[in-house]
Amino acid sequence: MYRYDTIDKEFVADRAAEFREQVQRRLAGEITEDQFKPIRLMNGLYLQLHAYMLRIAIPYGALTSTKLRKLAYIAKTYDKGYGHFTTRTNLQLHWIKLKDAPEILDHLAEVEMHAMQTSGNCIRNVTADPYAGATADELDDPRVWAETIRQWSTLHPEFSFLPRKFKIAVTAAAKDRTATKIYDIGLHLRRGRSGELGFEVLVGGGLGRTPHIGSTIREFLPTRHLLSYMEAILRVYNRHGRRDNIFKARIKILVASLGAEEFARQVEEEWAKGDPSRIDLPDTELARIRGAFAQTYETLPARSEALEAAKAANPAFARFLRRNVHPHKQPGYALVDVSLKVPGQTPGDMTSEQMELVASLAERYSLDEVRVTYQQNLLLPHVKLDEVETVWRELDAAGLATPNIDLITDIIACPGLDYCALANARAIPIAQHIAERFAEPERAEAVGELNIKISGCINACGHHHVGHIGILGVDKKGEEFYQVTLGGTADDNAALGAMLGPALPAAKVAEAVEQMVEVYLRERRDGERFVDTFRRTGVAPFKEAVYADAH
Amino acid sequence: MPTLIKLQGGGMVLANDAFTHVADDQELPQGDVIISLTRFQADGERLMSEGRSVGVRLEPAEEAEALAYDLPRLALVALAFPKFRDGRQYSNARILRERYGYKGEIRAVGDVLREQAGFMVRCGVDAFEPADGSAPEQWERKTRRFRHVYQRAADGRAPAFAERGE
Repeated sequence: MYRYDTIDKEFVADRAAEFREQVQRRLAGEITEDQFKPIRLMNGLYLQLHAYMLRIAIPYGALTSTKLRKLAYIAKTYDKGYGHFTTRTNLQLHWIKLKDAPEILDHLAEVEMHAMQTSGNCIRNVTADPYAGATADELDDPRVWAETIRQWSTLHPEFSFLPRKFKIAVTAAAKDRTATKIYDIGLHLRRGRSGELGFEVLVGGGLGRTPHIGSTIREFLPTRHLLSYMEAILRVYNRHGRRDNIFKARIKILVASLGAEEFARQVEEEWAKGDPSRIDLPDTELARIRGAFAQTYETLPARSEALEAAKAANPAFARFLRRNVHPHKQPGYALVDVSLKVPGQTPGDMTSEQMELVASLAERYSLDEVRVTYQQNLLLPHVKLDEVETVWRELDAAGLATPNIDLITDIIACPGLDYCALANARAIPIAQHIAERFAEPERAEAVGELNIKISGCINACGHHHVGHIGILGVDKKGEEFYQVTLGGTADDNAALGAMLGPALPAAKVAEAVEQMVEVYLRERRDGERFVDTFRRTGVAPFKEAVYADAH
Repeated sequence: MPTLIKLQGGGMVLANDAFTHVADDQELPQGDVIISLTRFQADGERLMSEGRSVGVRLEPAEEAEALAYDLPRLALVALAFPKFRDGRQYSNARILRERYGYKGEIRAVGDVLREQAGFMVRCGVDAFEPADGSAPEQWERKTRRFRHVYQRAADGRAPAFAERGE
């Protein structure tokens, strides 16, 4: 895990001190809310429906026990004792007082954290594969590159007033667990013909009101040129991205209007004019960052008799193993998902007590590491097989062991109209109603992998376009309605969902999901997931089932 | 007359402004002037032959490349910020300094706020007409706020990765 050196520490301390002064000037009335807005946004502070919301950056979703304990403390001391993990692996606190914000930033700085660039038209918090460093299917540790990007993008002098926000995701594995294809820049690590490492560079993915899957603008960029190439992309975007219409200002619109080929040509031209050696990191610095992520493990047998015995004796534990435990690259270890999707509760929410428990589990059983996933769950990345049952028992006692990863109850939902000033409709109650119908673990498991994603408005924070079932809240003359899309995916074969039919009233959504699941169970062939069946049959049988009573 | 603040020897000072901003539909006064790119392309040659110092004002949509051949003869380039949120001029500033090696004054005009001071100085801007009534001390404080930076830009500061290599 990367640790701040003196330079990093002084940087976040300077930032916190600066914000303290700015807040004082605002509280003293020396600056107006209008002037203060861009300042607070660059420190992650939004003004929402009921209070200020603070969005804390969790770079590439990586936490330690110390960091997670601090988040628990902040949620307990300055908020209502819980926080909300987002699809961008950040933590949101929804009930913050402006006067407390500087103190919170000081607390964060103490544990090498910050809230910089979690908002505003700048390069946002970078995300990476949550399995980084622990999975056998990666070519390299993507955190090395994500940390490189984090530092380079921090208060970048040229790119802090972009046309619109800008998000970058990195993966180094064959399986995309980071939804890189819906990012402004998605980086896929590849191996070149002569064995060297490089990135396939995708640009212009994004959801919102005009969803796009990212286009490859370069098949292979040698890793050492990552930053200079990013700088060329950002410069083309900064100069030519639209600024006249906020809805057309994302890079996806520029890429779509120029065409990916022409955009790529402009980037290459810009890149050729610069001097990469001024921008790219020297090998010594890359080695320093890489060294920080090195991890040592114990030599253990690949099979744990204790785990096998517990599995045979306890069907509930066996189910947890099937759904929430994944193979680790190191024999004798596993990755353990901590589900924040308890049916009937708010997806992604976690209480301070739960955070403290997971911090303690990380410290005792997971080499002090915790990850946040874009599916709004946590992950203990390095648990010994012998200790998985103990971890499960402790998680279960705290309501954190729902065996539902990737199942129908593992729903992504944005905060929606319950909190957010932008929302048109509520997202959380819809998620709760659906999950309650499938709360029986046997039933959810029988349905199998099914990703439901819910957004309370067209900004698509809940990624509805790429849900197997996507649900979008819309406002129709003051009433909440929901548009349903089917067949979206956020993985390596990312695709946007297709419309089911006319929007449904709130009371009908959970029932419609149940009807569609019944169609799937009736139609599915061996081994097909919901999304596979949908792609084979098309929308007709699903549409028929949901709108039957409307005829 | 707007306040003019200049970066000098690492500090910020109040400066006298010898230049007059001239709009396109305005008659040209005597002395040193800052004119639009359009007017410069029409009258620049003549004005410079009269022995005046001439500065050119670039709007955000106008690109530094348009001045590439004229830079050695320009007294200053003014970068207009109609709204502080419009960040295109940061690219123009860096291109002027880093690509063309322009050594003359680069002046930020328009919606210029001290909150932007750090970014502007890093991109090579060295003169400012603040719109928020801020004073040189405040600008100086702002530019000294961060002990470290993470990128190489136009201001010659050593980025963190270079500091670490020392």
